Amino acid sequence: MGKATVIPFGPQHPVLPEPLHLDLVVEDEKVIEAIPQIGFVHRGLEKLVETRDYNQFIYVAERICGICAMGHSLGYAETVESLMGVEVPKRAQYLRVIWHELSRIHSHLLWLGLAADAFGFESMFMHCWRLRERVLDIFEKTTGGRVILSVVKVGGVVRDIDDAQMAEVIATLDGIVDDYTKIMNTLLTDASVKNRTVDVGYISHDEALALSMVGPFARASAVGYDVRSFGRGAYGDLSDFQPITDDGGDCFARVKVRCLEVLQSIEIVKELAAKIPVGDIEVAVKGAPAAGAQASNVLEQPRGECYYYARGNGTKNLERMRMRTPTSQNLAGMTKALAGCDLADVNMIILTIDPCISCTER
Amino acid sequence: MGSFKLGGMTFGSLFKKPETVLYPVVTKTAPAGLKGHIVNDASLCILCGICQKTCPCHAIEVDKKARTWAIDPFRCVQCGSCARACPKACLAMEPTYTPVAAVQAVTVVEVPDPKAAAE
Repeated sequence: MGKATVIPFGPQHPVLPEPLHLDLVVEDEKVIEAIPQIGFVHRGLEKLVETRDYNQFIYVAERICGICAMGHSLGYAETVESLMGVEVPKRAQYLRVIWHELSRIHSHLLWLGLAADAFGFESMFMHCWRLRERVLDIFEKTTGGRVILSVVKVGGVVRDIDDAQMAEVIATLDGIVDDYTKIMNTLLTDASVKNRTVDVGYISHDEALALSMVGPFARASAVGYDVRSFGRGAYGDLSDFQPITDDGGDCFARVKVRCLEVLQSIEIVKELAAKIPVGDIEVAVKGAPAAGAQASNVLEQPRGECYYYARGNGTKNLERMRMRTPTSQNLAGMTKALAGCDLADVNMIILTIDPCISCTER
Repeated sequence: MGSFKLGGMTFGSLFKKPETVLYPVVTKTAPAGLKGHIVNDASLCILCGICQKTCPCHAIEVDKKARTWAIDPFRCVQCGSCARACPKACLAMEPTYTPVAAVQAVTVVEVPDPKAAAE
C-alpha cells in the first residue's frame, strides 16, 4: 500500500456544474475516504421570509435552484396553502403536476447529457440537450419563461393551458419519445457505458435505508420510496403509479432509473392532459397565516424528496421557512459510494448522484 | 461503439431542418405569452402604488407628487405580480426582452394629470 495523500476535488471542476469541494484521501489509485465541504453558494434565501410576504416569497423560492425552480415554487405554495387551509382547484392541481413532471423531464435530460459528457460521449450530450430544448420551448409557450416559470401562486396557478396548447404539448412529447428511446437504448446497452458504470459506486439496499437516501439514488438501490406514490394532488388521479426501482445499486442502476423516469413522466403528463377537468385555476387567498400555525410538506423533486416547513406569526411575513433538500440527504450516501472506488471513477459517481448544491445551500 | 449506435440519428440530422437558428441573422419568434418586460400605459395609470407594494424585488417606484411611475429593469424579475395586481390593467408584459443597455438606468414614465388635461 502507498502513502495516503489528500487530493482536493472541486469546487471548480469540469465535471461539476455546481461548486462542491471534496477532500479525497487516496492510497495509490484507491479513494479511502471522501470528505465533502459545501458553502460556496449560500445566499441566505430562507432568511428572506422576514422581509418578503408569503406571496412574494414564491419568487424567491423558485430561485433556489434553476433546475428545480418549478418544484420549489410548488412545494412552497403547497406548504403555505396547508398553513392557511386553502383548497386549490382541481384544474390548478393538474396544471401544477404537468409542469412539475415536464421539469423532471428537462432535469433528467440535462443530467443525462452531463453524464454522457463526463464519459466522453459528446454526440449523446448534444442529442440529450437538443431534446431538452424542446421541453424548454414548451415552458416558454405555456408559461412565458424557459427556466424560471413564475407560474405557481398561493391558491393556484397564474396561467392556464388551453386545449390547443395542450395538444401541442402532447405532440412535442410524442416527438421526443422516439429519439429519446434510441438515446436510452444506446446508453443502456453500450459496452463503453457499462465499462464505466457497472459495479462502480455500489450502495446496498440496507446502506441506502440506513443513510436515509432519497430519490433516484435510493431507488437504484431498490428502495421503493417516491413521494408521488402518496397520491397527493393530481397524482392521486393517476390510474397506476409505481416508483421505478432497480436492485443494481451501482452507477449503471442510477442511470437506468433516471432514463426510465423520463418515459414515466411523459406518460404522466399525457394521462393528466387527457383527464384534466374544466374549471377555475385559482382561488382568492386573503388574510395571513395565524400566529404559531405550522405546516410541513414533502414533494418529489427530480433529485428526490424535498421537505418544507413553514411557521406563521400572524402577519403576512412567515416566521420561519425551512427546506431540507434531496442532495443534503444524499451527501452521506455519496461519501459512502466514493469510499473504496478508483480515483478515475470519482467524477462518474458524483454525477450519477446528481448533486444540486444550489438547493442544498440556498 | 456508442457513436455507431447513435450514428443513424446523427447521420439523419444532416438532412433534417436544423434545431438551431443562425443567430443573429435569424432570431426566434417570441411566443405570445413570453414574459419579456413590463410596460405601463400611462393614460390609464392612476398612480395607486399597488404595483410598488406587490413587487417582490422593489423594482417599481411610484411618485404621486411628481406624477411619475418608474421601473428599474435591472431589478425586475419578470414575475408579473404587478400586472396581475394592477386595478386599471395599465401594466402589461410585452413579449420582447429588455434591450441591452450600456448604463444601468431606471425607466421613468410620466403620467399625465387628467384634471390638468380637462382644464
